[in-house]
Amino acid sequence: MSKPNLEVKIGSMVMKNPVTVASGTFGYGPEYADLVDLNRLGAITVKGICPDETIGNPTPRTFETRGGMLNAIGLPGPGAQGFIDKYIPFLSQYDVPVIVNIWGKSMEDYGTVVEMLDAEDTVSAYEINLSCPNVKEAGSAFGTDTDSFSRVIELVRGKTKKPIIPKLAPNVSDIGAFAKAAEEAGADAISIMNSYPAMAINIETLKPELANRTGGLSGPPIKPIAIKLVWDAFKATTLPIIGMGGIYEPEDAIEFMIAGATSVAVGTANFTDPSTVDRVIAGIEHYLVEKEHRSAFDIVGTVKT
Amino acid sequence: MKQEIATVVEHHNFQGEYRILRLAAPEIGPVVKPGQFLHLLIPQLGDRVLRRPFSIYKADTEGVSILYKPVGRGTDSMRPLHVGDTVDIIGPLGNGYPELTEGKFPVLVAGGYGNAALYLKAKELPAKGVAFFGGRTAEDILCVDEFKELGWEVRPTTNDGSLGIKGLVTTDFDPWMAEQDIQSLELFVCGPGPMLKAMGERAIEHDFTAWLSMDENMACGVGACLTCVIKRKITDGWEWARCCTDGPVFESREILWNE
Repeated sequence: MSKPNLEVKIGSMVMKNPVTVASGTFGYGPEYADLVDLNRLGAITVKGICPDETIGNPTPRTFETRGGMLNAIGLPGPGAQGFIDKYIPFLSQYDVPVIVNIWGKSMEDYGTVVEMLDAEDTVSAYEINLSCPNVKEAGSAFGTDTDSFSRVIELVRGKTKKPIIPKLAPNVSDIGAFAKAAEEAGADAISIMNSYPAMAINIETLKPELANRTGGLSGPPIKPIAIKLVWDAFKATTLPIIGMGGIYEPEDAIEFMIAGATSVAVGTANFTDPSTVDRVIAGIEHYLVEKEHRSAFDIVGTVKT
Repeated sequence: MKQEIATVVEHHNFQGEYRILRLAAPEIGPVVKPGQFLHLLIPQLGDRVLRRPFSIYKADTEGVSILYKPVGRGTDSMRPLHVGDTVDIIGPLGNGYPELTEGKFPVLVAGGYGNAALYLKAKELPAKGVAFFGGRTAEDILCVDEFKELGWEVRPTTNDGSLGIKGLVTTDFDPWMAEQDIQSLELFVCGPGPMLKAMGERAIEHDFTAWLSMDENMACGVGACLTCVIKRKITDGWEWARCCTDGPVFESREILWNE
């Protein structure tokens, strides 16, 4: 039997396979280049970029929990110009689409960062961070209210022809409403989910384990939450979905696709085992062969309910 | 930096509660520089997802070894590792200690098993100097004979006086330092935070160089997650520096200590 076609499309962006990485878990690319063949990825999703350089949160910024971890890194980064100067020359060497995660302290910032980045051919698409649980300005204000959510997407839509992918907050009562709002505002896809707002407390010091007090839970504990959100969103929109949350094994990624995700992102697992992305890509291909599918897209949303 | 599935070739008690783990790692072993570390995925750690960083004690063309003490969930879970088991490691990581500046006199300072991170440096340094090792008790002072065999003068201090001078490393170091050509000293330091800070303060006050190996919690170990950041001084203030990739070794003047 011939090899199945692993290619998927997110708007006009073609991914050679459905697998990317979750923003913030893979740096800007060079950090993992010794350990992962970057050309093997469907796309590289880089850490969040806003117009200006930012320092992020104080330490401690992460805390390991049973099965996963909390983070409150707070989006430190080089800013749009810093990203262009420091990372575009590196990323342009690879034959792989680059998804730039963007965020802003104000609504205007989302437009500004796209204006600053859009001339770069290496930037293939934008993931719009509307759901960071650790930065007040970039967090719930835009991600948990459909009106401001739509306004940010419309603003970004007006600045670029490249695919735009709002990243949805998990802590909303009706994810379908956000999926529909994204579609109506002109998004090309949506990504689900960001880490889940969470907290851990040290029982000796009585202090929260994170300097930011609260953070976002990631890793295998959130996978079933993410699967349901993807399934709910799939029923509400025709937009492609990038599914993520606790993918450690190929089977996890396949489950996301069956729930409705066209593409998937490996996140926390990059820290545990940088070879996860490679294993997940190989595992998806193996599953497609075994089930006699001709393309990755054949299994998307095939859950029987 | 490589990821390697390494086979356990040796794992047993070393001294007191301290244990040695030697791994066959022909990819990583030959490229290790003194002061670098490994990021180890502990196989028996069950539902914990993060790797644990360990200073590299010895390295050669065939593999690497680490010294550790079971002090927490991670290191406790390493006990059942047997010869023949495999361990997933990433390394070597970090910048390691720099070359000794020409004309300087090398001094090693370690707290507890921090001296494991200094062994390769001690072996590599062209000139042999003085090694100050501090610990709670005699049991916490490791590898004295090994450093002596390399030609170093080893000066132990213990909190209870069970080996060497009673007190902290500084109890012995300070009077010794006062008798030296202080500005010719170059320190290579590894140990607990307060000791690093104490040596760093002396370096600045007395105008000598001190290379401090900083120890912070890590997640990725490769510079991506920005968990292990410390404040590094720059001309107009400070910036975050990653212990995993910008460090772990920093010169004392680079570090802005938390209040």
